[in-house]
Parts: sequence; C-alpha cells; structure tokens
Amino acid sequence: MSEIVLEARDISRSFMISQGFMRAKRPLHAVNGVNLKLHRGEVLALVGESGCGKTTLAKMLLGLLPPSAGSLELDGKPLASLSHLEVARIVQPIFQDPYSSLNPRKSIGSIITLPLQVQGDKDPASWRQRAEEIMELVGLPRRVYNNFPSQLSGGQRQRVAIARALINRPRVVICDEPTSALDVSVQSQILNLLQDLRQELGLTYLMISHNLAVVEHMATRIAVMYLGRIVEEGEAEAVYNSPRHPYTEALLGSVLTPDPSLGVPDTHLGAAYPNPLDMPSGCSFHPRCAKMMPQCAQQAPRPIPTESGHVECSLYKENEAKMRMTS
Amino acid sequence: MTDVIKTPVGGQAGSILSSGLDGVLEPSPGSLLRKRIFGHAGLMIGGGVLLIIFLMAILAPVISPGDPYDQDLSRKLIPPVWHESEKATWEHPLGTDLLGRDYMSRLFYGARISLLIGFAAMLISGVIGTTLGVLAGYFGGKVDMVVNFIITTRLSMPVVLVALAVVSLVGSSLTVVIWVLGLLIWDRFAVVMRSATQQVRGLDFVAAAQSLGCSNRRIILSEIMPNIANQLIVIATIEMAHAILLEAALSFLGLGVQPPDPGWGLMIAEAKGMIFFDAWLITIPGVALFALVLSINLLGDGMRDVTAPENRN
Repeated sequence: MSEIVLEARDISRSFMISQGFMRAKRPLHAVNGVNLKLHRGEVLALVGESGCGKTTLAKMLLGLLPPSAGSLELDGKPLASLSHLEVARIVQPIFQDPYSSLNPRKSIGSIITLPLQVQGDKDPASWRQRAEEIMELVGLPRRVYNNFPSQLSGGQRQRVAIARALINRPRVVICDEPTSALDVSVQSQILNLLQDLRQELGLTYLMISHNLAVVEHMATRIAVMYLGRIVEEGEAEAVYNSPRHPYTEALLGSVLTPDPSLGVPDTHLGAAYPNPLDMPSGCSFHPRCAKMMPQCAQQAPRPIPTESGHVECSLYKENEAKMRMTS
Repeated sequence: MTDVIKTPVGGQAGSILSSGLDGVLEPSPGSLLRKRIFGHAGLMIGGGVLLIIFLMAILAPVISPGDPYDQDLSRKLIPPVWHESEKATWEHPLGTDLLGRDYMSRLFYGARISLLIGFAAMLISGVIGTTLGVLAGYFGGKVDMVVNFIITTRLSMPVVLVALAVVSLVGSSLTVVIWVLGLLIWDRFAVVMRSATQQVRGLDFVAAAQSLGCSNRRIILSEIMPNIANQLIVIATIEMAHAILLEAALSFLGLGVQPPDPGWGLMIAEAKGMIFFDAWLITIPGVALFALVLSINLLGDGMRDVTAPENRN
C-alpha cells in the first residue's frame, strides 16, 4: 500500500440539540466512531443516505469542525497541531453547488487567486500567470479572468471552484457531490476532468456521493455510511460485486434504471429513516434490515475484516467473512 | 508531486463551452452600470432632488436672498411671491416669518442642519448596528444571544421619549441631538444586518474561504460585507430619513435645534400658531422635509436596484 495521506481514528462528532423551552438538550451523534484511511492516489467514495453524517465527516476532515472524540492525521501529523493555513495546503474541498460556492461579488481572477493571497504568497506578480495556468488545466478560457461568476455557466463555475481548490496543489481533495447540481450533459465532463487531474497532479479524492453511477465510475474504494458509522468498506469492485452488508445490498439495488417498465426498485428498506436522536438499540440498522436476526436488537456488531476492508454486521463471524470471500 | 503542467485536461469540453460564449461577451461593466443608473427613474428623481437640497445647503451663504437671523418686525409675515397680496415682494421670495426674518434664507440654512443631523446620526447608528449585527450573524451562539439581548433592550425603549429625557437632562445642542439619535436608532441596522449575515454565512463560498484558511476578519470584510452591502445601503437611507424626521419632531417639541438657529422642524414649530392664517409658514418647511425624505428613500431603493447581483447580467 502507498503512503497514507489522511487517517481518521475513531472520530466522533455530536451536536447538542435543543428539545424546546426548559427541556434538557440531547446529543445527536452525527458521526459515531469512524475509522478511515486515505492512501495516496486513491478515490474513496463515501456513500449513504441524507443525514447519515457524510457532510459532518467531511467538515471534520477539512478542519472546519473539531471532532468531539478521536484523532485525525494529515500527512502523518495530527490535525490539531496544524494551523488553518497548513491544513488548507494539504486538503481542499470542492462543493456541490457551484452557484453558492463562488462569491458573486468577486471576479473569477480574484476567486482563483484567493488561496495565494491567504497563504501570503511572496510573489503577487506571478499570481495572474499561475491563475491562468490552472485555468488552462481545468479547461477555462483565459478571458473569463475578469468576469463575474454570474456570467459563467454551471459547468464553468464548477471548473472555477476546482481551479481555486487546486491552485496551491493540495494532496487531498474532498468532493462533496461535485456533480449533482450540474446538468447531466456537464456532469461527465467534470468527472472526466477530475479523473484526469488526479493522474496529472497525483491527487487523492474523498468523494461524497448519492449517485452510485458516479461512484462506480470514479471510485477505487467505497465506504458505506449509515447513521454515523461506516458499516462496510472495501475495494470498489469487491463492494459492487459482492456487497456484504444488507444496507449496501439495498443501496446498490436502489439504482434507478432508464427503463420505465421496470418500475422503481424495491429496496426493502421502507420509508422510515430512524430518528438519529433516538438511535435503535443494538445494530442501528436492524429495524430496516431484511435479514434481521433476534440478537441484532441487543448486540451491536463489531467490525469484521474482509479481504479488502471491513463490514459491521452480525451475519458474519470473524472467519466466515473471509470464507465467503473465497467461495 | 507533479510540477507545473501546461497540458489542458478536459480541454476539449472547455473549448466547446467557451466558444459558445464568444458572441455573448458583454460591454464593460462600467458602461452597463451607467446605463442602468440613467435608466432608473426613481434613482434619477431621488438623486436629483437630493442634489438640489445638498446644493442649497452648501451654497446657502451665496444664494440666500438675506440673512437668516436678521429680524425686522416692521416687515413680518410677508407672504411668498405667488400670494395675491400687495405685500408680496421679490425681496423675500418665500416671505418672512413672525419676526420678519427672510424665510427662503432660513430654509436654505435649515437644509444644512437636516442633512448634517441625518448623515451623522446615520453614520453613528450604522457603525454600531452593523458591527453588532454582523458579529451576531457570523459567530452565532453566545455572541448572537448577547447581541439579541442588547437589541431587545433597545427595542423596548421608546425613541422619542428617551431622546426627550436625555435632551432635557443634558441640554440641547446639535452635537447632543446627533449623538442621542445615533445611539438610539441602530436597531434596524443590527436586525437586518444580522439576518443578512446569517443568510450569507450559510453559503458555500464562506465554507470555501474557511477551508482556504482565511481569517474571520478577512471572511467578514471581503466575503460577507460585499454581499450584504445592498441591504446596508437601503437601511442607511431609511435611517437617514428616519433621523431627519426625528430631529424635526424633537425640534418641534422644542428639544432639538434651538432658536434662533433655522431648523425645518423648528420653523414648523414656530409657525404652528399661524396654521389657520398663514398656512404657507408651515407648508414650505413641511414640503422641504417631505421632498428630502422622499428623495433619500428613492435614492436608496434605486441604488439597491442597480447594484443587485441578480441584475448583473
């Protein structure tokens, strides 16, 4: 395995939620004991339903939100020991909505060179040139340098956001649904651009997505998140071809097909997403699980190693998971 | 890590997109802005009237037909020239008041006081209210709680009564009136700036700036402030008009500008006994006050319209 650029050890984040006037606040565990390793050059896709804690996790990895427990390491150094500027040099985000991720009052040039300004770059004379280099790299025409975001199309705006994230050559890029706000015709362009940039600049991606087609196209590894925990993680191909966790199976089964006669796939998940303030006992997935067993309501499953990652489900015993893999 | 790379990646897609834009490239932002300004009727009318009043105030010593303080009881209550009265004379185009002072000169000098008080009180309240509002909206949590408490405390005080109490305690002068108004009417600044900041703060470009390592100061000044400047301009004009009206009210009650200084509110107060006999004594400063407040509000609305980013293309 290549070097680890980002590692999260057992990180958690809870928010205190007000229950109303004169009622005690209760904690909401948005992220609950997550372990993640990002190896250099890989694309780790983080998938899961809305509200499962993906964005909170991303914010912690960006250093925007301190974890309430656990530790984070960037490039082998604990994140808590790094300054904001040092974190910014290593990890950068690309947001979902290019309409809100660019300041409407600033020109494209000043948006792209902002990272240089903030880092106190010594050579302001070279900013324009460096901005134009990165614009060329992400496929933006030079003459939009003095334009404002409102004069660009959605796809071009997303290119501006990518240029801003990459101008200081970070090592890790956290993409939060980078294409879901774009036209279908532009989505593939942006995805291909991200793929190409990864190879050219040696980037590592953490890709948050609902869109399993995007994940299949991009990811080398997949982590499935449910209610603040990563319930299954492994090589993309292994997770796609033989999902272990019933939730992963349901997610993969939920992909819509272009053929309307097939109807909406039945995931057996039901509509009810559990209240994260009042987590189910035992395995947090058991109320929706198609393969629920009696002990699931009492006993939380432990992570079981698989051939390329781990799974958290009581269906498997330490050795069984490995056995199924070989069969 | 790979160094500078010059090969365009995904360049084909980029060039397809950009070639479509070639024809749409617009004229320079400056000329567009000018076009919008001159095409906006409210902005032009408001700006024009305000400019006239502003010139009146600045040029008062030059254009006044007489001395605003010069009393001449033998020539009191001369009606304005359009009056059908043999007393009306071009020597006093707007007539004279109860003490025989030239009314037009008093009107011109009065514009100085209204503009000065309006502008200074707006500046003071703007600084206080914007600071509180932006800090509360940006930091939220405990800061927000404290600011909210201050705002609520301020809102529970009736402005005119507090102003009356303070002015009668400290004594009345232009400076006192400016400070009292400035320290009292920042509430709308704070409330509007707070909610505007909260809205902008939730947008992704603020998160992007944070993950670039920007300091809070830089984020507030260069990411948030430009995006709430529209609302700030509108509130500033509303509050300037508000301060001018409050000053007129205080002067009317005898606690603002002190005689013999010529304030528009004071002119109305001095003439209130004559309302049934020489109504023009009240009408003239009243119309001036109305025109000033209206023009400021028109100007504010117009400025918001022409600078709004949604009008940018």
